Amino acid sequence: MRSVQRTPWSRPGRPDPGLLRDVALVCLAGGVVGVSFGAIAVAGGLPVWVPVVMSLVVYAGSAQFSAVGVLLAGGGPVAAAATGLLLNTRTAAFSLAVAEHIGRSRLARLVGAHLVTDETVAFTLAQRDPARRRAAFWVSGVGLFAVWNACVAAGALAGGALGDTARYGLDAAFPAVLAALVLPALREDAGVRRAALAGAALALALTPAVPAGVPVLAALAGLALHGRAPGERKEPQS
Amino acid sequence: MSGTAVMVLALAVGTYAFRLVGPVLHGRVELPDRVRVLLSAGAVVLLVALMATGALTEGGEFAGWARPAGVAVGGVLAWRRAPFVVVVLGAAAATAVLRAARVP
Repeated sequence: MRSVQRTPWSRPGRPDPGLLRDVALVCLAGGVVGVSFGAIAVAGGLPVWVPVVMSLVVYAGSAQFSAVGVLLAGGGPVAAAATGLLLNTRTAAFSLAVAEHIGRSRLARLVGAHLVTDETVAFTLAQRDPARRRAAFWVSGVGLFAVWNACVAAGALAGGALGDTARYGLDAAFPAVLAALVLPALREDAGVRRAALAGAALALALTPAVPAGVPVLAALAGLALHGRAPGERKEPQS
Repeated sequence: MSGTAVMVLALAVGTYAFRLVGPVLHGRVELPDRVRVLLSAGAVVLLVALMATGALTEGGEFAGWARPAGVAVGGVLAWRRAPFVVVVLGAAAATAVLRAARVP
């Protein structure tokens, strides 16, 4: 944990313009993905309410795409729910990591929990001090939720009019967003760097062989390399 | 209720339960410092694994060259401390250009 002094402009409720700009950009990119999610689901034959309601109550992009993908491929609702849930198990770990930044009141916890996503966690942990982390969580959480749901609804209503969104290269934008947000943590902490690189290598090696969602969870085995001096390394447990 | 409605509901309830783990446990269970450090590191490990699998794979297979090339452009820009907007748009633009040039 870092102990950087809180700065006068970092009070919650007045986040700095840089954060707002970064969040707006991710909202924009997420919005286009949301439009494509709504359009794909409806173009595949699902009624409009499925992507719209799913986005409101599930609110997890990768799980939504996977669940709808399984449904459209004829995999059935049980397999669709299982795939989505497996992908979302990581949000339990994420919610633990950002819990102290969500807030103390019951309402804040209940609402904040629903806003825990890959992007909000990355934005939160990229900030230096607690006040900024809290502001980052809520600004990115509320912003992404609003934009994602509005855009999924728009896409579901518009159907396939957008064409193939892959041509805009947005699928490369999200890994790049994560890279930009985790680089500071990777730069300054060798233990985190070792753990993350080993975990990512393990996840990539497992991806062709196991169901979606498992590789990323397995990456946590990389934590076995965290906090050990080089030379007294242990093999990651699997 | 249709099977699809039950699926959406089950996915929603399960996902919300996962997300409540942190806020519910926080303040009730006093976590040792070592565990807190590991949780924070674990989040970074998960994000980096998501980045790697998201950059290189699609549906369990290699995603083609255009996407990882774009992510690599974004990564280099981030490493050189380019502004966030440049990182994100650079990655998307590189992939879009490669796809326009028919790189898979």
